[in-house]
Amino acid sequence: MQKKMAYSFPDEVLEQVFSFIQSDKDRNAVSLVCKSWDEIERWCRRKVFIGNCYAVSPRMVIRRFPEVRSIKLKGKPHFADFNLVPDGWGGYVLPWIAEMAGAYPWLEEIRLKRMVVTDESLELIAKSFKNFKVLVLFSCEGFSTDGLAAIAASCKNLRELDLRESEVDDLSGHWLAHFPETCTSLVSLNISCLRSDEVSFSALERLVGRCPNLRSLRLNRAVTLDKIANILRRAPQLVDFGTGYYAAELQPDVFSNLAGAFSSCKELKSLSGFWDVVPAYLPALYSICPRLTSLNLSYATIQSPDLIKLVSHCPRLQRLLVLDYVEDSGLEELASSCKDLQELRVFPSDPFGAEPNVSLTEQGLVAVSLGCPKLRSVLYFCRRMSNAALVTIAQNRPNLTRFRLCIIEPKTPDYLTLEPLDVGFGAIVEHCKDLRRLSLSGLLTDHVFEYIGTYGKKLEMLSVAFAGDSDLGLHHVLSGCESLRKLEIRDCPFGDKALLANAAKLETMRSLWMSSCAVSFGACKLLGQKMPKLNVEVIDETEPPDSRPESCPVDKLYIYRSVAGPRFDMPPFVWTMDEAVRILH
Amino acid sequence: MVFEKDLNLDATELRLGLPGSSEESIRISNKRALPDMNDDSGVAAAKKCDQETAPPTKAQVVGWPPIRSYRKNSLQTKKTEAETGGMYVKVSMDGAPYLRKIDLKVYKGYPELFKAMEDMFKFKVGKYSEREGYNGSEFVPTYEDKDGDWMLVGDVPWEMFINACKRLRIVRGSEARGLGCVV
Repeated sequence: MQKKMAYSFPDEVLEQVFSFIQSDKDRNAVSLVCKSWDEIERWCRRKVFIGNCYAVSPRMVIRRFPEVRSIKLKGKPHFADFNLVPDGWGGYVLPWIAEMAGAYPWLEEIRLKRMVVTDESLELIAKSFKNFKVLVLFSCEGFSTDGLAAIAASCKNLRELDLRESEVDDLSGHWLAHFPETCTSLVSLNISCLRSDEVSFSALERLVGRCPNLRSLRLNRAVTLDKIANILRRAPQLVDFGTGYYAAELQPDVFSNLAGAFSSCKELKSLSGFWDVVPAYLPALYSICPRLTSLNLSYATIQSPDLIKLVSHCPRLQRLLVLDYVEDSGLEELASSCKDLQELRVFPSDPFGAEPNVSLTEQGLVAVSLGCPKLRSVLYFCRRMSNAALVTIAQNRPNLTRFRLCIIEPKTPDYLTLEPLDVGFGAIVEHCKDLRRLSLSGLLTDHVFEYIGTYGKKLEMLSVAFAGDSDLGLHHVLSGCESLRKLEIRDCPFGDKALLANAAKLETMRSLWMSSCAVSFGACKLLGQKMPKLNVEVIDETEPPDSRPESCPVDKLYIYRSVAGPRFDMPPFVWTMDEAVRILH
Repeated sequence: MVFEKDLNLDATELRLGLPGSSEESIRISNKRALPDMNDDSGVAAAKKCDQETAPPTKAQVVGWPPIRSYRKNSLQTKKTEAETGGMYVKVSMDGAPYLRKIDLKVYKGYPELFKAMEDMFKFKVGKYSEREGYNGSEFVPTYEDKDGDWMLVGDVPWEMFINACKRLRIVRGSEARGLGCVV
């Protein structure tokens, strides 16, 4: 005799419980428990994150989650940032907006990364969502200030408008004047990417002045230094501020006005902008430096002594972005002054010069790894590296979660021993057990991939360039890295064998990018045929892949899992390998 | 270490090249590095070889170093200015079919600048007076300053001028009347 116990809570109770579960992963897990949980969960899911806009169709998302309020979409693969993905490849948001306009009238938030956004899309957003609050366009393109004017004019409760690093056709600064006088809800405004020299400054000032909740304001280059004080005095509650052009002739009254304005911002913790800096104006920041946790000086061509002076005033700094003008000496100062540092990014001031123009070497990074116990995330461009330095860094900082090293000249060996840097990067993956993201550079053989496959168990994203000797390298990674989601490879001698042997692995990943490698067209077709849940895209701007023998390598290959099947918005230079071995185009 | 000699890199080289297409030639130069690398099984030796084969003026590899265009563009403008040490501004003249560019840093003061402009555009600047500007001249030099205003060249000290000047325009004398100077 079996007693059936009914363990059922009413749906409302479960919904209430689920509302405390915010992370996508946990929500997905909840929906797998049983059918009724799946049903309840899908009706109360408010936020959806889609890491690849082609992995699923808008209709499928809407069908499963009918009450979404917030959506985040990503389009082009990461290597699009470096011009490796030809224009017109895809990533259009309009189909999504069009579907959501009907299905989600109460949509509040749209966050997009690397997508093509047109003025038409922006106008549709402005028209369709009555309670629209947040628009974040990160590294997007395809729209102009006309589209922004539509958003400004129509979205009565707009809280966030963030255009970070997008390419905007800046037709006129007057779009800012389209924010109605009744708009007082802005919390975050980032227009730093707008390039024209015009900005409707009076409209900006008035807007800032009437939004008491404005916490984050990032201006563009057009805003001159003398105007900063006016803005800051209207928004002393700012937590994050991006200056415009931080250069002017040194005038004592302008300086003291600026210094006074900064010191009145008691909540200011984060600074960015700083295009064209005149060092004499940096002391105007000294009053807020002790509170600063984030500083982005990566556009500021100021030299090491000025940087050192500034940084030594910022003991609470957690995040620093800077050009290599900081030099080893500046990084040593950073290591001794900023014990809370968690993230460091050092960008090259002269990336295409043949000779080093600054004294920035592996020593700087070693110093920071030694001096900053909380350092977790590194992006470092330099011109020389050694295995010894990498081993030291790995031993000093086993808590690293992101490590991206770019040695500017491809295939540069250890400068001391002339050996490959396999052992050094091997130490990184071995010691940094929580490493989630890794970018390799320098001279590397298949050995480094053996280390990565063996130790990189938490690795989610790996970027590889000009490395490896054979398919064995790729095989180590695909077979060993259990958590791998994104793999991007360029100019490596990886071919068919590793890819075909690990075809099933590709379904567990978001995407794989391979360009200028050795994968043959025949292998692509085979993969497309055998793996219906993968979209295998061959990208070639010169000629169709089937106009050559099958054994010829393809130029660029982008493979991603999808439940939506092949897409139909491909340009002429992209071919999808269909399972019926038709080449869709 | 087994090197895949049958990677068809030769075939690749043939295939990638549309003659005269510069992007292809960049890629080809990149691909040539690989066979050199693979042929020397000693890695250290290969590195030396790579350095020898690297041409003195490097062809830029597409997308390398991995810097976003956003950042690259910002650097390029600065680099041209910083490296050459120059302060290049556009110079236009009413009626001339195209613009010129001059480096303000090259000149020590107004007389030299005017001489250069006169030579370039074949005109005469005429006499400057603080009170009347270039009264009587057929052509008058003006400049756009950082606030976007059009000013008469010559009113402010030279150092101040070269820091403020964004572009130059040589206007007909008759149009220059009414150009004030900012104190």
